[in-house]
Amino acid sequence: MIYHELIVVGGGLAGLRAAIEAKRAGVDVAILSQVYPARSHSGAAQGGINSALANHPDSADDTPEKHTFDTVKGSDYLADQDAAKQMCEDAIPILYQMEHWGCPFSRFDDGRIAQRPFGGAGYPRTCYGADKTGHYLLHTCTNEAIKAGVPFYTEWFVTDIVRDADGRACGVVAYDMTAGGFEGFQAEAVVIATGGAGRTYSNSTNAIISTGFGASLAYRAGVPLKDMEFIQFHPTGLLTTNILMTEGARGEGGYLINGEGERFMAKYAPKAMELAPRDITSRSIWTEILEGRGIDGKQFVYLDLRHLGRDKIMERLPGIRDLSIHFEGVDPIDEPIPIVPSQHYTMGGIDTDMDGRTEVPGLFAAGECACVSVHGANRLGGNSLLETLVFGRRSGAAASEYLSGLAQHQRGAAEVEQSLTRMDEKLAALTLRSDGEDPYAVRTEMTETMKEHFGIYREEQIMQAGLDKLLALNERVHNIYLRHSGRVFNLDMIRTYELQGMVEVALTTAAGALNRTESRGSHSRTDYLTRDDENWLVHTLAHREPDGRPKLDQKPVALGLYEPQERKY
Amino acid sequence: MPEATFRIHRYDPERDGDRRWQEFTVPYENSLTVLEGLFYIQENLDGSISFRYCCRAAVCGSCAMYINGRYRLACQTNVKNLEDAPITVEPLPRMPLVKDLVCDMTDFFAKYEYIKPYIMHESQYPEKETLQSPEDRHKLDNPVDCILCGSCYSSCPSVWGEDNYLGPAALLWAYRFEADTRDEARKARLSSFDNERGVYRCHTITNCVEACPKELNPTEAIQWLKGAAVRRRIFGRWK
Ligand SMILES: Cc1cc2nc3c(=O)[nH]c(=O)nc-3n(C[C@H](O)[C@H](O)[C@H](O)COP(=O)(O)OP(=O)(O)OC[C@H]3O[C@@H](n4cnc5c(N)ncnc54)[C@H](O)[C@@H]3O)c2cc1C
Repeated sequence: MIYHELIVVGGGLAGLRAAIEAKRAGVDVAILSQVYPARSHSGAAQGGINSALANHPDSADDTPEKHTFDTVKGSDYLADQDAAKQMCEDAIPILYQMEHWGCPFSRFDDGRIAQRPFGGAGYPRTCYGADKTGHYLLHTCTNEAIKAGVPFYTEWFVTDIVRDADGRACGVVAYDMTAGGFEGFQAEAVVIATGGAGRTYSNSTNAIISTGFGASLAYRAGVPLKDMEFIQFHPTGLLTTNILMTEGARGEGGYLINGEGERFMAKYAPKAMELAPRDITSRSIWTEILEGRGIDGKQFVYLDLRHLGRDKIMERLPGIRDLSIHFEGVDPIDEPIPIVPSQHYTMGGIDTDMDGRTEVPGLFAAGECACVSVHGANRLGGNSLLETLVFGRRSGAAASEYLSGLAQHQRGAAEVEQSLTRMDEKLAALTLRSDGEDPYAVRTEMTETMKEHFGIYREEQIMQAGLDKLLALNERVHNIYLRHSGRVFNLDMIRTYELQGMVEVALTTAAGALNRTESRGSHSRTDYLTRDDENWLVHTLAHREPDGRPKLDQKPVALGLYEPQERKY
Repeated sequence: MPEATFRIHRYDPERDGDRRWQEFTVPYENSLTVLEGLFYIQENLDGSISFRYCCRAAVCGSCAMYINGRYRLACQTNVKNLEDAPITVEPLPRMPLVKDLVCDMTDFFAKYEYIKPYIMHESQYPEKETLQSPEDRHKLDNPVDCILCGSCYSSCPSVWGEDNYLGPAALLWAYRFEADTRDEARKARLSSFDNERGVYRCHTITNCVEACPKELNPTEAIQWLKGAAVRRRIFGRWK
């Protein structure tokens, strides 16, 4: 058994930032990650990170207060206003800190960090490094963690969170992918920072490892998942692969064009046009497609950058151009890019407070797997990278504080040991079965169900049918089996083992969506067209039942700064 | 439906430990990347196959492999663009193996971490950002795009001949920080590459330039470092 005071599960931006904070507070902290930290999904983020630095000529009077307002309005008033305020205030020092740590942001001529306009924002406040902001931030934080001396357990896949007899988090069990075999980690506290659940959908922009399995571990450990019905669909995923074309492409002036050659956003958001928030823009595209105005009547429209010219594309959007050439065979300098709205972001997640604390003592969560909530029913572009750093830092600080308040240390060794033994038994059971359900067939059915039944537009009967399918999968998943029982780098084991957690997470999205009889933010119902503040200005909480089904209840939204009003852009 | 034949390098340390080749046929509709092909095989034909993956959008550096005799990212390589059949897929050559297409990256990352890949700063930070002109920022365009995929490292004859040599990726990162106007490391980083493990082992063979799937130029960066190190020794001058 290995011991560290604090285990951080996940080496993306949230996990790294949490670990650095704890390490510098003198805590013995280690990161366990399925991939080398710098390979985490955060590195795929393109467009930028929001902070009211007021560097842009058009944003001289921007403030954190205005950023907060945009965030709350963007969230369709479901964000906790105190948390949004905290994030937007912390945004200023954390951005400067990233710069001091060496992040290669793009610069204005005066040498300050460059900013660009993004959807749903009143001012150009999205700080960027070309169209590779996530990559630059992720390397910066990986490097700072190296500098701070945080040990990385790279290619360790966590399969369980352990609680001691008093219910406190006391460690994890993990699979050492390269050496082979499982190991127990005893700890005083655990931070979960495992990223989003995009891969519960078949049409996601997310990395292949963004499965939601990490969130399912906290869910199993007894923490409710919050607001899981709110799934963001990004307006512009590449047609064949759903690879993201950043909102920055529209921030730089790109057009959305339908089959009739029109900039159709004029009908839906006459003022903001292509820079309306994502929920509205995705719905607009989908409406065009449903009404037969996709390109050649098909299920896609164009993102047209040609009028920006070669120089601007090469300077500001070089990564977009490369992706489009390599993955779609289209050079945006010469041709419009075929795009389709794609699953992009999990607004919901592990229920936490502003410092990453969960209901389980010693268990913290931060980043996309968590739900504070600052995004409410719809996240603004550029606010998620911000969330990872702000709440990563805060949860690292809160975990350190929690540690210093502990009377007794090194408890729970027996529980970690037991969990390790149970892991061996579970694997043996999966291996012994030589027939049963094909895990990959179950996975495909689940991801297709999510796409078809819980997409951009939602309706009672369609969702009920989808929920029924998922409930059936939740049964079938008990009969999946392993094809390969080797110890070293066993992908079959990882992908089979994580499936049950994925189905459980998908169920929380489905149940929450069916239950919420209103339209709010990304949750858009054709049978309940409007927002219903009287009944639904509340967070959904999904608690796990022993059979893996969710049991729903609610939690109030923190209001107080801004009165809910109708969203117009 | 068109089909692609994959000829894949197999190696399992738990079985005989021998290296062998295995062929698989993968059907596809419109387009198929090598990474998608590997997943098809893993899900449908042989659950025991191992490979690395993450972002599938050419930015995480996980899936660098040797495909039809060239360094490529499996996620970014479309089988339609490969001329030779079958499609031969190997792990990064001359690296220690873990299993099948997965090689051991331990030394690679240890060397990366050795060159102190972070900004070092002694003076007081300004209250806001440190100013940097767009021109100075552009000097970093090339190295900051490195995804640490290991292709250059695997391709470098000097690495093959000398275990200790830091290799092109680590040195590209050393350059990235040395060339950054914000860095104040001076001797602190210099000592990590101005030595027998460092820049003088590069014999400008430029395999790294050819191997890099991001079209970066480690050789040029290493020459810059050499120049800087020598200038420092002779004239006591740095950048
Ligand atoms: C293509 C794309 C572009 C985006 N662009 C932007 C943008 O421009 N601006 C913005 O604000 N947001 C953007 N986002 C959103 C943002 O990038 C993510 O929300 C954010 O990076 C998530 O960071 P994270 O640290 O929470 O998780 P991740 O970066 O996903 O990291 C998760 C970590 O957890 C580890 N992990 C997971 N499960 C396990 C396990 N079981 N055991 C061990 N380790 C595990 C992984 O190895 C990884 O290290 C974008 C998202 C996508 C998909």
